[in-house]
Parts: sequence; structure tokens; C-alpha cells
Amino acid sequence: MTEVIRVEGLVKRFGNLTAVDGVSFTVEQGEIFGFLGPNGAGKSTTIKILSTLLKPTSGTAILAGYDVVRQPNEVRQSIGMVFQDPALDNRLTAEEHLIFHAMLYNVPRSVLTERIDQVLKMVGLADRRKSLVRTFSGGMRRRLEIARGLLHYPKVLFLDEPTVGLDPQTRAAIWEHVRRLRDEIGVTVFMTTHYMDEAENCDRIAIIDHGKIQAIDTPAALKRRIGGDLIIVTGDPGLQQDLAARYGVEVRRVGNEFHFQVAAGAEFVPRVVADFPGRIRSIQVKQPSLDDVFLQLTGRAIRDEEASELDLMRQHARRVWGGRR
Amino acid sequence: MHVARAIYTIWLREFKVFIRERSRIVGMIGQPLLYLLIVGTGISSGMSLNNAPGGMDYLKFMYPGIIGMSVLFTSIFSGASIIWDREFGFLKEVLVAPVPRWAVAVGKILGGATVSTIQSAILAALAPVAGIALSAGVVAKLLLLSFLTSMAVTSLGVAIAARMESMQGFQMIMNFLVMPLYFLSGGMFPVQSAPAWMQKLMLVDPLTYGVDALRQVAFSHTTVELAPGLAAPLVEIARSAGLIRWDLGVDVAVMAAVTLVLATAAAVSFSRAE
Repeated sequence: MTEVIRVEGLVKRFGNLTAVDGVSFTVEQGEIFGFLGPNGAGKSTTIKILSTLLKPTSGTAILAGYDVVRQPNEVRQSIGMVFQDPALDNRLTAEEHLIFHAMLYNVPRSVLTERIDQVLKMVGLADRRKSLVRTFSGGMRRRLEIARGLLHYPKVLFLDEPTVGLDPQTRAAIWEHVRRLRDEIGVTVFMTTHYMDEAENCDRIAIIDHGKIQAIDTPAALKRRIGGDLIIVTGDPGLQQDLAARYGVEVRRVGNEFHFQVAAGAEFVPRVVADFPGRIRSIQVKQPSLDDVFLQLTGRAIRDEEASELDLMRQHARRVWGGRR
Repeated sequence: MHVARAIYTIWLREFKVFIRERSRIVGMIGQPLLYLLIVGTGISSGMSLNNAPGGMDYLKFMYPGIIGMSVLFTSIFSGASIIWDREFGFLKEVLVAPVPRWAVAVGKILGGATVSTIQSAILAALAPVAGIALSAGVVAKLLLLSFLTSMAVTSLGVAIAARMESMQGFQMIMNFLVMPLYFLSGGMFPVQSAPAWMQKLMLVDPLTYGVDALRQVAFSHTTVELAPGLAAPLVEIARSAGLIRWDLGVDVAVMAAVTLVLATAAAVSFSRAE
């Protein structure tokens, strides 16, 4: 395995705000690498630095062997980008988008037709080549953007929140396409998401919050860190203290539920019920999810932030684009 | 070589999107047409220009200004459209392509100028309505002047839009920049009959020179009959009445200089964004 992205001590400040605060990581060739975190955690800022749209305040980022600050053109040629917001023109056809992209990325004319065929087939849009994008559904638009991002054979494909606003079925289909791309052409995929269930699709995840990486590992290993299963109990208010005292665990109150972790959850249930007769209203066992990992690492659930100027435009775009996201 | 191809790509995209956007074409041509047919015809039949020379009516006087107006509105819109394109359109993708930013700005400016020029061509076909005679040479010059003027205005739009975060600010630009630019251009009323303070403003409005050039070119093939057997070229009538103020060369030189400055400002402003 060779390393395709190396980031060391990356910092980005906007005035007093430190959006990215000393981030370091590496990504291997052919990996699907995910950045997981709430809005405003520093995901998009990091992607913008890696794609040369922003200059870091300090630190280095090497992509496909090129320095993002000193060799921006080489970096740009080495990456494909799919943005969170649509970057397509309703009044152009799928093929026109690809031709324009090829012209900007110096794809030789002699291989262009073949390449367009290839990438459209990869995302299942071969029969819509001549269709105007305005006739495309949200999922088709996303797939076209992915096809476009691959047209110049980039080393790394960036997907910024690729499935926001898509229905579950389309999201699953997009994921299938992404995994196939990795298997068939070995492209490295760097993605950001704030959907926990989606992050499960990644080979490795970096959990980022307040501009810092809290943990990097495979989804399975991250969940193992939780240290077993989650037991969720409801009952009288005194349970929080009593459970903690009895089993020597940390009990968190979430709404009217009490949460704590034990190694083997299913076997633990009868014990709890026997130890606190008449006091337990309900009890359930949950396998730890990435949500729980995030909660444990950061002390809170992934939140939504308030609407910015861009969000307002985004809402307008949503109306214009007909319910895409 | 690659940069030239990038500029061409941005231009081509602009052009293709424009020709497929019928409603925008209708709107952009409809507005000047309304001015010409309703305002122009209404004023010329109800009032006359103060000290108007024989053979000059308001409709003839206003016609070149209408072309200027079409160029102004279309171009500023083209320039400002980068605010939207940058967040939700093709342009967003272009910004991470291995292409210098200034080339994107240049492609956008040339695209906007092309679109304006096409609209000027349609408005040129309406010259006979205003009693103005055309020739191939006149039309060609009108289109060249439209292209030059539009480059200046689109550059202005790009330079401003590159710094703007949202479309909300665009309405303010329309009200406090674009409308005054038009009103003070000499397109609706002549410079020399305006009060002195306004004349000063009119002389620093670059569009004044564009309209002056458009007017002398538009009038250049038309003769009017002042009395039976007495015909005079319209351009001479206008010039001696002060409705045409400068030589064509002066107008073009001013517009070219303004274009150069604004296009540079646009390229710099756009390159610096983020």
C-alpha cells in the first residue's frame, strides 16, 4: 500500500476562529477514508485546503506527492471533486458537462469519447448521455457529478457530504457505485459526512470535532473502543446512582433513560432485573454504533448549527433545483 | 494554450446556457423594447426635446440609448451570475480545475459580452421602428461597440460579484449603481441640457461614452428631409446640436481604457476570492 495523502499539523484560522486545529493523518491508495463530524467541525475547511481552495495557516498537506500550497496545479490535476451543493447546469446535457470538464483538465480529444462512455457506464447513466440535466433526479445528478470527477483519472476523489438530501434508496445506490469505483479502478475516496450510518461504509474514519481529530480507525475498531454493549434502562430516578454504585460503571442520563456500558449486554439483562426487583420499567441492549462512539469521544451528539447566509441560498437552490437536497 | 482552451470552455458554457434559456432572452429583449415602444413613442408624440434641432425626434434620440441599456442590464446580470454559479453551478467545479482564476474571469467576461452582443443584434433589427436606416457597416459597428461596452460592464459585474457573498446585495447594486449608470449615460436625455452638477456626473459615467459612440454610429447612415428637397445627414444634425459630443475615436479610446481597467480589476478581484 502506498500513501496518497499525508497531512501534518494542519491549522487554519479565520480571524479568532480556529477551524482546523493541528490535524494530522495519512490516507492509503485505494482506501475509502471518511471524515465524520458535525457541521462546523472543520471537515469542509480541511477538504478545501486539500483541494487548494484555501491556504492553510500552518502545517503541510501532500497529495499524490504534490504540496497543496506550492504545487496547486499538479494537485488539482490529481483530484476529482464532488461538492456538497450541486455544481451542474440544468440547461446542459450530461455529455456537455463531461466535455467541458475534459477541456479544463486536458483530457486528450482522442480518448474523450471512450472515457465519457466509460465513466457514464460506471455510474449507470450511459443511456442519458444526451439528456439535459434538468430532467435528472437528485441521485442521477450526484452520479453524473461522480462520473465527471473521475473523467480525468484522478488519484483521489473527494466527496463532500455526497448523499445529503437523497432518499435512503438512492443513498445506498450511491454507496454501491463508490465501492465499485474503488474496486474497479482503485481510486482513493476521501469523503466527509455527518451521517453516522454512512460512515460505516468507509474503510477508516477520522472523527473530527472542534477542528481536532478525536480518533482515527476502522469503524469496527472504533466501536470496540466503546468497550462493549450499551444497556438502556428506564425506571425510577434513583436508578442512576444505584446502578453506578452496584456495578461500578458510569451511568449517563439521556432524557428519561439511563445509559451504561458492559462487556456482554445480553447476559447482563437478567442480572439487572434480578438486582433491582420492581424498579425497572424497561431495559434494552444495543450494539454500540458510531453515534455512541461520537457521543463518548465528544460528550455530545452530532448537532446542527444555525443557518448561515450560504444555507439561505442553499434553501433557495433547493427550491430551484426541485427537491434535490 | 491550455489557458486559451479554458477561456474558450467558460465562454462556450455561457453561450450554450444562454441560448437554451428562452425566458431570459425574452425578458432581456422585452425590457428595452418596452422602453423604446412605449416610453420612446409616448414621449416623442407628447413632448419634444428642448431646443431639438429639426429632423430629430425623441425616438431617434433614444434608440442608441436603448441598445446601451440592453447591454448594461444584460452585462451586469452576466457578471453577477457568478455569485450563484460559484455556489451552485458549473463554476464551482471550475474553481478546483487546474486553470488560473483570471482565465475563468476572462471567459466569463467574453461570454457575457457575446450574449449582450446577440441581444444588440436583435435590437438593431428594430432600428427602422425608430426611423433609423441601417447598413451592414452600421450594424457591424454597433455590434463591435456593444461588445466593447459589454466587456466593460461585465467586468464591473464580475469585480463586484467576486466580493459579494449572496444574491441579496445584487438588488442594491441594480438600484444604486446600474440604474444611475443608465440614467446618467445620456441615453434618456442629452448631457448638455442637464444641470451643471449632473453634467459632471454624466461625464464620469463611462456609459456616456458608449452611448455617444452608439449614437453616432447608429445615425451615420440616416438622412432626414428637413424641407422638400432639403435633406441632411442625421449625424450632422445631432453633432451640431451637441447630441453627439466626441469623435468616435475618443469614445472608443475611453471605453477601451475603462474596459482594460475593469477587466483587470475583475481578474484580480476574482483571483483573490478566498
